[in-house]
Amino acid sequence: MGRNLTLPTVLGIALLFGLSFLAPWLKFVFTIALAKGLAVLGILLLLRAGQVSFGHALYVAVGAYTVAFTRPVAGDVLILLPLAVLAAGTVGVLVGLFVTRYRDIFFGMLNLAFSMVFYSLLEKLYAYTKGTDGITVVRPSIAGVMLERVPYEWTMLCLALTLAVGLGLLARVFLASPLGQALPAIKTRETRLEFAGISAKRVLLVSYVASAMLAGLGGGLIAMTTLHVTPLLAYWTHSGELVFIAILGGGGAVLGPFLGAVVFELVRVYAAAAFPDAWQMILGAVLLAIILFASRGLWGIYEDLTAKRGVRS
Amino acid sequence: MTLLLLLAVLDGLAYAALVFMVAVGLTLVFGVLRVLNVAHGSFFAIGGYVAATLGGAVATTAAAPWLALPVLLVSAILVGGLLGPVVEKLLLSRIYVKDHVLQLLVTFALFMILEDVQKLIWGVQPIFQDAAVKALGPVEVGDIVYTRYQLFLLPAVAATTLLGLMWFLRRTLTGRVIVAVTQDREAATAMGIDAARVYMLTFTFGTMLAALGGALASPTSSLVPGAGVNMIVLSFAVVATAGLGQIEGAALTALLIGLGRSVAVYFAPEFEVVIPYLIMVAVLLVRPYGLFGSPELRRV
Amino acid sequence: MSGALLSARGLRIAFGGVKAADGIDLDIAEGEFVAIIGPNGAGKTTFINMTTGYLRPQAGTITFAGEPITGLQPRQIVRRGIARSFQIPQLFTEHTVIENVALKVAAHRGFWHGLRPLLDRPTTAATMAILDQFGLRHVAEAKATELNEGTRKLTDIAMAMALEPRVLLMDEPTSGVASAEKFDIMDTLVGALRARGVTAVFVEHDMEVVERYADRVAVWSQGKILASGPPAEVLNDPAVLREVIGVEVKHAAGGGHAHA
Repeated sequence: MGRNLTLPTVLGIALLFGLSFLAPWLKFVFTIALAKGLAVLGILLLLRAGQVSFGHALYVAVGAYTVAFTRPVAGDVLILLPLAVLAAGTVGVLVGLFVTRYRDIFFGMLNLAFSMVFYSLLEKLYAYTKGTDGITVVRPSIAGVMLERVPYEWTMLCLALTLAVGLGLLARVFLASPLGQALPAIKTRETRLEFAGISAKRVLLVSYVASAMLAGLGGGLIAMTTLHVTPLLAYWTHSGELVFIAILGGGGAVLGPFLGAVVFELVRVYAAAAFPDAWQMILGAVLLAIILFASRGLWGIYEDLTAKRGVRS
Repeated sequence: MTLLLLLAVLDGLAYAALVFMVAVGLTLVFGVLRVLNVAHGSFFAIGGYVAATLGGAVATTAAAPWLALPVLLVSAILVGGLLGPVVEKLLLSRIYVKDHVLQLLVTFALFMILEDVQKLIWGVQPIFQDAAVKALGPVEVGDIVYTRYQLFLLPAVAATTLLGLMWFLRRTLTGRVIVAVTQDREAATAMGIDAARVYMLTFTFGTMLAALGGALASPTSSLVPGAGVNMIVLSFAVVATAGLGQIEGAALTALLIGLGRSVAVYFAPEFEVVIPYLIMVAVLLVRPYGLFGSPELRRV
Repeated sequence: MSGALLSARGLRIAFGGVKAADGIDLDIAEGEFVAIIGPNGAGKTTFINMTTGYLRPQAGTITFAGEPITGLQPRQIVRRGIARSFQIPQLFTEHTVIENVALKVAAHRGFWHGLRPLLDRPTTAATMAILDQFGLRHVAEAKATELNEGTRKLTDIAMAMALEPRVLLMDEPTSGVASAEKFDIMDTLVGALRARGVTAVFVEHDMEVVERYADRVAVWSQGKILASGPPAEVLNDPAVLREVIGVEVKHAAGGGHAHA
């Protein structure tokens, strides 16, 4: 709780910028990583309550398609991003009212079902979504300024970083608030919450909608970085990735999702190219290894390392 | 119009039979082991691939065309008999005492692995082997020429599975033992029942059912990557709509969802995939534990 | 009875033919300490469960401060001022003792207000005041899983008290506690409740505890109230002794003896 996150955060940001200067194509990788990190931050909120969603790619896709659909009418990042968040939040409320009635297996699987339904709708409603071809997004302006590719990419990286830091801090405050502290209570003694006059369902719904909005924001950033959206964004493998990153990063601190996402994306660039048909298999095997042998993830390993050196705050 | 409807009903019955085979395995494994196996859909797909491969081999060496039929059953027994015990012993037996999120994550990880195993072995091109359908030939239903395989064999296998399971669980000693373990593992163990063995046998049998579903499906539609995920999501919808652990309920729900889906295929093809889940959501809104489920099961 | 704070009339509930409550009438006056005793499975815990909204009676009504509460949700009932503790303490196992109690304090004071930390100054102060009253300050930072049974019981009750109830229902506050500790725990507990003017109902098996701390005893047997009155009177009633307590007295005496 009281662990000081300033130093690792500053170091992390410096490292991201340094590497992006050395290898310019990394800007793209890091922006995507941070966008996914935001979605994973949402997954983390749910994991705190002991719940895992196998369908949060749904909200990433809602955010991304919102950008793709509205780009022709509203051409600025500062309009598109809030719209993506709003759309994901709205869907999150509707789906959330239903899925927060359930826990554990039902919660996880119902989310998977909703995301797969959305995936097949994106695929089948060709007239609107162009099916598997996807929609190309024209590069939007940022605060009214149309940028060339390179400055645009730098700006997007900075924007993603700012959002990651800001929302990471907000998530930290949220997790320390009564509402955030009630999440682990859902995991351990839900009935007791009810006997305290608190609706566990409402607590979970608040977190669920927050997680949907974070994923929608991530999806919006992804659409504006890749400049192309396809139904694959909603596919189960993508949801699986988000859960994977959450477990990889570890649920211990709000830095975990971003640490996990950056490592994940860096490895993916090489591994997914080298073994396109075995990528999920590698992820699955690593996931098993983490769950069975290192349940606190990368952040846990970091904590153990620094604790040994006595760097406790 | 009536012709289309008849066709939709026939398709729906055949499809419901397939979905039931997978769903009943999922619900049986959950009922006994209390683990929802996300990789259950992969067993369905692998059963299909193995059946298509063996079926192809039999069709080319063809001593007799009817041999394509027993091949389906053999494939299911092979897949279930090999994968079931391995997965149960190596993975599941380690996590029975862990919380549900971890159990879900473990079977989800297994699912990720098995999806790529299929790609590595069978590639990503569609595979289709309909020797079994051809072996039985066509049949006329009114003005429609339909396959005997879908009209008779699939529903017959599903019905046999349902009745067989009901008889087995209620009337045989082994069945009673399984039910006893389901209700109270500790009490059953205290009576000298080997719960670990019951778990392994049940899981293996459930795996065979999924693989049989896949094997039976393989001659009617081509196998592509993603078959596994579609089936796990759909069979979960069936199982959730029925109520987790409800075997007879799964049969009825499979019929409902199978028919709903095939009617959509003919009349609103864009929404084919949505219909089963609309049915599920509608049922769960009114009955949160499913049509035949009870509240106690929810938090287990 | 018009002066009753909590009042049950004609409560009935049965579980598969077993009548846990078969026409229960019970009145609890403000400030009273009432013990409910009776054989196992008689329905004593069922009374707590019905009063707190966890179970819905099949017939009958429960009124609290003149207002019917039958059939309300647990969280609606607790907001009206009825809290409970559990036979097996229900602590949030991922939290420390102070966090456990603070969650309840926050729940009571307004859970949905903004993003200030759970352990902000006013909540911490209110929580520490409760911990002091229950002698739990020294374990404030301990994880709920690290406590002994007596401390877990006290924490469980402190959590209920954090909701500032007018009535507290306790399910066997001393069960599972070492006999040497039970009077200490009851002294702390009763002191804290009296200091806060809380009306208490507790289900209890230990007759020594009942005799020492209850103003009134209600004997629950086969879904009915067999007798009700001051402990000295009821516990010496031959009918009650025969029907209900016989075994229990031996049990309690045996336990005490073994300890001595």
